[in-house]
Amino acid sequence: MSILIDRNTRVICQGFTGQQGTFHSEQALAYGTKMVGGVTPGKGGQKHLNLPVFNTVREAVVGTEADASVIYVPAPFCKDSIIEAVDAGIRLIVCITEGIPVLDMLQVKHYIKDKAVRVMGPNCPGVITPGECKIGIMPGNIHQPGKVGIVSRSGTLTYETVKQTTDLGLGQSTCVGIGGDPIPGTTFVDILKMFQEDPKTEVIIMVGEIGGSSEEEAAKFIKKRVTKPVVSYIAGVTAPAGKRMGHAGAIISGGRGTAAEKFKVLEEAGVHTVRSPSEIGEMALKVLKKS
Amino acid sequence: MNLHEYQAKQLLIQYELPVPKGVVVHSVEEALLSVNSLSTNEWVVKAQVHTGGRGKAGGVKKVNNKEQLAEVARGLLQSRLVTYQTNEKGLPVNELLIEEPCEIERELYLGAVIDSSGPYITFMASTEGGIEIEKVARASPQKILKCQVDPLIGVMPYQCRDLAIALQLKDSETKQLTKIIMTLYNMFIEYDLSLLEINPLVITKSGNLLCLDAKMNVDDNALYRQNKLRELRDTTQEDERELLARKWELNYIALEGDIGCMVNGAGLAMATMDLIKLNGGNPANFLDVGGGATGERVKEAFKIILSDSHVKAVLVNIFGGIVRCDLIAEGIIQAVNEVGIKVPVVVRLEGNRATDAGNLLKQSGLNIIAAKTFLDAAIEVVKAARSLK
Repeated sequence: MSILIDRNTRVICQGFTGQQGTFHSEQALAYGTKMVGGVTPGKGGQKHLNLPVFNTVREAVVGTEADASVIYVPAPFCKDSIIEAVDAGIRLIVCITEGIPVLDMLQVKHYIKDKAVRVMGPNCPGVITPGECKIGIMPGNIHQPGKVGIVSRSGTLTYETVKQTTDLGLGQSTCVGIGGDPIPGTTFVDILKMFQEDPKTEVIIMVGEIGGSSEEEAAKFIKKRVTKPVVSYIAGVTAPAGKRMGHAGAIISGGRGTAAEKFKVLEEAGVHTVRSPSEIGEMALKVLKKS
Repeated sequence: MNLHEYQAKQLLIQYELPVPKGVVVHSVEEALLSVNSLSTNEWVVKAQVHTGGRGKAGGVKKVNNKEQLAEVARGLLQSRLVTYQTNEKGLPVNELLIEEPCEIERELYLGAVIDSSGPYITFMASTEGGIEIEKVARASPQKILKCQVDPLIGVMPYQCRDLAIALQLKDSETKQLTKIIMTLYNMFIEYDLSLLEINPLVITKSGNLLCLDAKMNVDDNALYRQNKLRELRDTTQEDERELLARKWELNYIALEGDIGCMVNGAGLAMATMDLIKLNGGNPANFLDVGGGATGERVKEAFKIILSDSHVKAVLVNIFGGIVRCDLIAEGIIQAVNEVGIKVPVVVRLEGNRATDAGNLLKQSGLNIIAAKTFLDAAIEVVKAARSLK
C-alpha cells in the first residue's frame, strides 16, 4: 500500500514535448512509472518518447485511460492546464511549475472544492512511491521502499529528509511535496489523513517552514485524529520577519508564522520535533523503536 | 513588489475613490511651485519610501506656510529615512507627496489580504485606524472585523453593509464605504495585489470618507501580466545585492552574520542557516541558487556573497538531485578560481556522483573543505569562520 499513487497509476504529462516535460518524463519512464502519453496543443497525433501526444487532456484520457497528470507548462498557462485536467476527469494533478500568480491558484482552489480531484503543488517536487511510481522532479535513486511517510513544503529539503531515512534503512512509503506557495492545492492535513489510513506508513515526517498557518492547522488535526507517531522539523528559525525566504509562502508577517510558534503548537499536539535538520531521520528511527 | 503611497493613490483616483488633493515633487523649488495648485495654505508633507512607521520617524509633517514647507522639503529630500521597520541605513527619499490637510472626525482601518487558510480574499476593518494594525490584532483581536470573499462570486454589497454596521457608520457613510470596498476588491483582482491597506480611512468632519494613506503590494508572480505596474517599480528602495541577485535569478537576502551560504532550494537554504546557528555560527545571508546550479550562476552567487565584507567563510550546500554533482563541483572550482576567493569555502554536495565530486574538490588544491554530511558541513564552516576572527 501507499498513498496517492502506485505501480498501476497511469500518468500523462502536460507540456510533454517541452524541455522540462521531455527530460522528466524520460526520468520517470526510467524509474518505472507507467507514463502513457502526453499533451501538447498542436502536436496531437505525433509520437514523443515512443508515447502518443494529444491536443487535449480529454483526448488523452480517452486514448490512454490516464488517471494522473503532471504539469510542466509555463506559469502563465498553468491555471488553464489545471482546469483542463480537472474537467477531463483526471484524479490526481501534480503541478511542478513555480511562479503561478496567487490569484490563479485562489480560483483553482475554489473550482476544485467539491470535486473528486486532488491537485498537488504548484511549485513542488511531486509525489513518489518508491519502487513503484515517480511523478515529479525528485531524484529516484535516493528513495527506498519502506515505512516512513514524508510530507514537506520544500523540494531539496525533502530530498535531504529522504536520504536520512534511506541511510538509516527505514525507507519511505510515499513522499509528497505539497509545494512552497501560499495557496497549495493540497495541504498537510490532507496528506496526514491519508498517511494515518495507510497501513504501510508507520511513522510520518512532516517538514514545514515559516509563513502561513498550515503547520498550525496540521497540529490541530494531529492532536485529534492522528494516532501514528509524527516527527517534525520547521525550517527558518533564523529567518528575519518581513522577508520572503524564496518560497512565496515563506514569510513572517505581522509577527505570525514564526518557526518558534509552529514548533510550540506541534509539541503541544504531541509531535516529536527536532531543532536540527540533520536529526530528522534519527528521530524517526528513535520513535519507531519506542512504539 | 511594493508601490509608493502616491502611486497607489493615483490608482485610487483612476477608480474614482476619494483621496486628498495632492502633488508629487522631487525638489524644494518644485514643492513651492506645485502647492499653488492646491486650495489650502497649509499642507501635509509625506516622504515616499517603501516602509511603515514614517510618521514617528519624522517622514510625515504638517507645515503652515511656504517657509516651513521649504525647510521640511529640504530636510527630507535626498535624505535617508530610518524607521522601526527599516535597517539602520534607512531608505532614500526621492519624492514627496504634498497634500491638503483635512479635518478628521474618525480614523478607521481598512485592508485586504489573501488569507491562505481559507483560502479567501479577506477584508479587514477596524475602528482603530491610523495606528499599527498588527498591534491592535495582537492586543485586542476582537477589534479587527473580517469579511471573507469567495473569489468565484466577488464581494457582495451586504458584506460591506455588515462591516459598516459593525463600524457604527451612519447611513450616508455606509453607502460610501460600500462603494470603496466594492471598488477596492475590483482593483485587488485587476492588479494582482497581495496586500492592500487604507490606513487610515478617515471620516471627515463634513461626513465624507477619505483614503488618507494607501499601501499596495503586487504579487511578483503576476508582474508578467501587469505591464502598467511593472513600470512603477522603484529599485532605489531595494537592497543593491538583492537586486543584483534577482538579475541572475538568484534569491538572496542579506543577514547580520559572517558565514556566507549558497544552497539550492529555499527550504534547504533556511535549514542550512538554522544548522549553522545551532552549531554556534551566524549566517550572513540566505541564498537559493535554484534548480540550475550552473557554473555561471554559482560564480555570480559567490560574487554577491563576498561583496558583504563581514563574510569570513562560505558554506555551499547543494543537494544535486538529478543534476550531476561532479559537474557542479567543476563549476564551484572554476568560480573559486576566477573570483579569487580568499576565505575558506566548505562544500557539501549530495546526490548523483557525489563521491566523484568530492574527489574533484579535494584535488583542486584550492582552499576548499569537502564535507561529507549536512552536519559536518555546518560544523566545519563554523570552525573555519572562528579561526579567522
